[in-house]
Amino acid sequence: MPVRNLSAYRQRHSIHQNDLKAMRTSEEPFAAEQYELQGPPLHRFSINRRQFFRYLGGGIAITFVAGHALSDDGADVAGANDNSIHAWIHVGENNNVTVYTGKVEVGQNIRTSLAQIVAEELTVPFESIEMVMGDTALTPYDMGTFGSRSIPYMGSQLRKAAASARELMKKMAAKKLDVDVAQLKVSEGKIHNTKDGKPLLFSDIVRGEKLIQPIDESAATTPPGQWKVCGTSIPKVNAAHFVTGKHEYVSDMKLPDMMYGKVLRPPAFGATLKSADLSRAQALPGVVAVHDAQFVGVCAPDPLTAERALTLVRAQWEEKPQPSRDLIFDYLLKHAKAPRGNDGGGDIAGGLARAKATTDKTFYVDYIAHAPLEPRAAVARWEGDKVTVWTGTQRPFGVQDEVASAFRIPKENVRVIMPDTGSGYGGKHTGDAALEAARLAREAQRPVKIVWTREEEFTWAYFRPAGVIQVKAGADASGKLTAWEFHNYNSGGSAIQTQYDVDQRRIQFHPVDSPLRQGSYRGLAGTANIFARESAMDDLANDLGIDPLEFRMTNLSNERLKNVLKACAEAYGWSGRSRAKGRGHGIGCGIEKGGYVATIAEVLVNPDDGQVTVKRAVAAFECGAIVNPVHLENQILGCVVQGLGGALFEWIDFKNGRIVNPMFSRYRVPRFTDMPELEIVMVDRKDLPSAGAGEAPIYGIAPAIRNAIADAGGERLYSLPLLRKP
Amino acid sequence: MELNINDKTYTVNVEPTANLLTVLRDYLDLTGAKYGCGEGACGACTVLVDGQPTRSCITPLSSLIHKRIVTIEGLAPEGELHPVQQAFVDADAFQCAYCASGMVMTAAALLERYPEPTEEQISSFMNGNICRCGTYPRIVSAIRSIKTT
Repeated sequence: MPVRNLSAYRQRHSIHQNDLKAMRTSEEPFAAEQYELQGPPLHRFSINRRQFFRYLGGGIAITFVAGHALSDDGADVAGANDNSIHAWIHVGENNNVTVYTGKVEVGQNIRTSLAQIVAEELTVPFESIEMVMGDTALTPYDMGTFGSRSIPYMGSQLRKAAASARELMKKMAAKKLDVDVAQLKVSEGKIHNTKDGKPLLFSDIVRGEKLIQPIDESAATTPPGQWKVCGTSIPKVNAAHFVTGKHEYVSDMKLPDMMYGKVLRPPAFGATLKSADLSRAQALPGVVAVHDAQFVGVCAPDPLTAERALTLVRAQWEEKPQPSRDLIFDYLLKHAKAPRGNDGGGDIAGGLARAKATTDKTFYVDYIAHAPLEPRAAVARWEGDKVTVWTGTQRPFGVQDEVASAFRIPKENVRVIMPDTGSGYGGKHTGDAALEAARLAREAQRPVKIVWTREEEFTWAYFRPAGVIQVKAGADASGKLTAWEFHNYNSGGSAIQTQYDVDQRRIQFHPVDSPLRQGSYRGLAGTANIFARESAMDDLANDLGIDPLEFRMTNLSNERLKNVLKACAEAYGWSGRSRAKGRGHGIGCGIEKGGYVATIAEVLVNPDDGQVTVKRAVAAFECGAIVNPVHLENQILGCVVQGLGGALFEWIDFKNGRIVNPMFSRYRVPRFTDMPELEIVMVDRKDLPSAGAGEAPIYGIAPAIRNAIADAGGERLYSLPLLRKP
Repeated sequence: MELNINDKTYTVNVEPTANLLTVLRDYLDLTGAKYGCGEGACGACTVLVDGQPTRSCITPLSSLIHKRIVTIEGLAPEGELHPVQQAFVDADAFQCAYCASGMVMTAAALLERYPEPTEEQISSFMNGNICRCGTYPRIVSAIRSIKTT
């Protein structure tokens, strides 16, 4: 069967206009990003009331759906094909609560935080909440788990849905008891009649019901100041399963009769398959081999035979010239397309003329890899013309689209299930392994598992974009910015707008068709844009002889960021920092997606050999009201540590269409001994809505280290990673 | 050939050049040890061989004759947690936890060597284990919290 689009190595353009449009209309205005997305599905969620309760048992369900989409009596989920359903909460006859969301767990512990939110509003024990996540057959459509959206969007929807369930049950109880609803109070998962009487369990109220209701916008949610479950450090759900090796990641799965698949990779990016001879592979016992357009794969009843079979495939490829790392930055500048949007139109020349100090520098940022410790993996099983795929992806519904489109089958015939997965960091938006497993399983008529090797993951996944950034800026003698011109080539538009006050500004993103497959990354282009911005700010401050913290404060009016900077400086002891030779202190800060971060780092630079040691770092972060302090701290910590790798030594080397360092022994990532003393300061703002935290805290560390190196008397560096030895 | 794993004898019928990790995961259904790199550089596949933390992904079966292999499945009796596992749960150390098995096995071996390890000893002993989620400081403090008396 010919399969369309089943090419593991095709270059995908990472920005789809339609997707950006979809994102903007569905959620919030967004800077131009590098998400790999497809449009939302047109029709998919076709569960009806009968099916729903057959699966769940009786009870009540609250769905986040516009009221008009339900029929008047709520008898059927009449609008359920529409994309407006984002989550379900079901309260069952056994007092059990089940939450259905398309969000997925990749280590950010959102399974825990979202359950906390629901437990809070229903006043039930945390343990009584079951989270069903990322299963296209059971959970409503969700665009994907990225962009730090789970807490601000899904969290607030679930909070409202849970509050609606609580209010609905109160009304039902009032009817049952024949009392005024105002006399009823909900606590500890029970409904109490304030006048007198025995409390009612939720199960007493929902028994025999099969009721689906939309969210009640008037249902009051618990203000952060009164939270009892949220705001506490509930530990990771099923933590003991993870430390005993019992949790089943996709790569651990084994279905009856399952075969093991391997895919033949091209020798280089852009190579075209001319011919393939599968006969020797097929001669091995039990081996099934497939050659379909540009795809060649094999599967066997055991993994060693599959590996051997792959080595027996004879293939001819035609390569074409590919740009290499040594010329990549010239390439990006030369191949830039028309910049996006209005640059702000500021009078840069005029602003620079008023400046006492100016800077005019070009920054270079390498491609880096997410390198999630669990490589891409998928298990596919066909039943007739329907396929179920288990795969570790941040976008189960996106993968459902990819599979449906590749096999030209209706989306309803594709079920994608995402068990809690070995991390993503923005790197698992695609369904590559799912397509490969499904193609082989179709041929073999048996389930097939594919687990990418580390080299495949480093080579055929996608990268954080490389970028070139040109900054021209100036400030006057009082330390006020007078001009700010900023051009980013290829990284992306995330966090490209400066948070500092400057009237004369020109800021633009120049897209490029990247020679390497590139896509989303933790914090996206903010890792590049904020690095360049904060470095240029420090150069100006130092050239003016102004304290870098004071210089930032002078040009900032954003109170939230100023508070975080203050908190960070205080914890660090900025004002009393020791100014010995070879010891430097640097600041980096930024705002993105509702998160405010400031980081200060201390480095030691050995005067003899220039060796840099990051001695200490303090990261302060604020994202509104804190839902789970320990897990928030883990996210901040994770961002700082991952950011440390990109700051100091992570970079992808490539030559003639081949990755030169596709392994951990050649691609250095942070390890235990790379850890500086780390301190994390969390600013809890119970007066502000909770935002996500998986991305923004990454921003501060790279510029903080860079500025500290300069402060220590080292070089002013203009590229990432800072310590790359060419 | 015969392998002694978690005090049980397993007979496997694969080439002696096959690596232990593949055999554990795909032939014996002991999937606690994880594949992370295939070159012994990330530690996700760590098991104990005669008490030594060993990268099972680069360990050929032929080197395991008469050796005692302990995997994460056999570290503690069923239903119980090894002190390292308990400390990691108590510290809420992990994020995606894909590295957890390897971290636990290496840390268990560390405590055999240094019952009260310093921070430097922990970092240096554990340095072959990668956690991409960046939980290192939490892991260090979890290990330091273990009382081995």
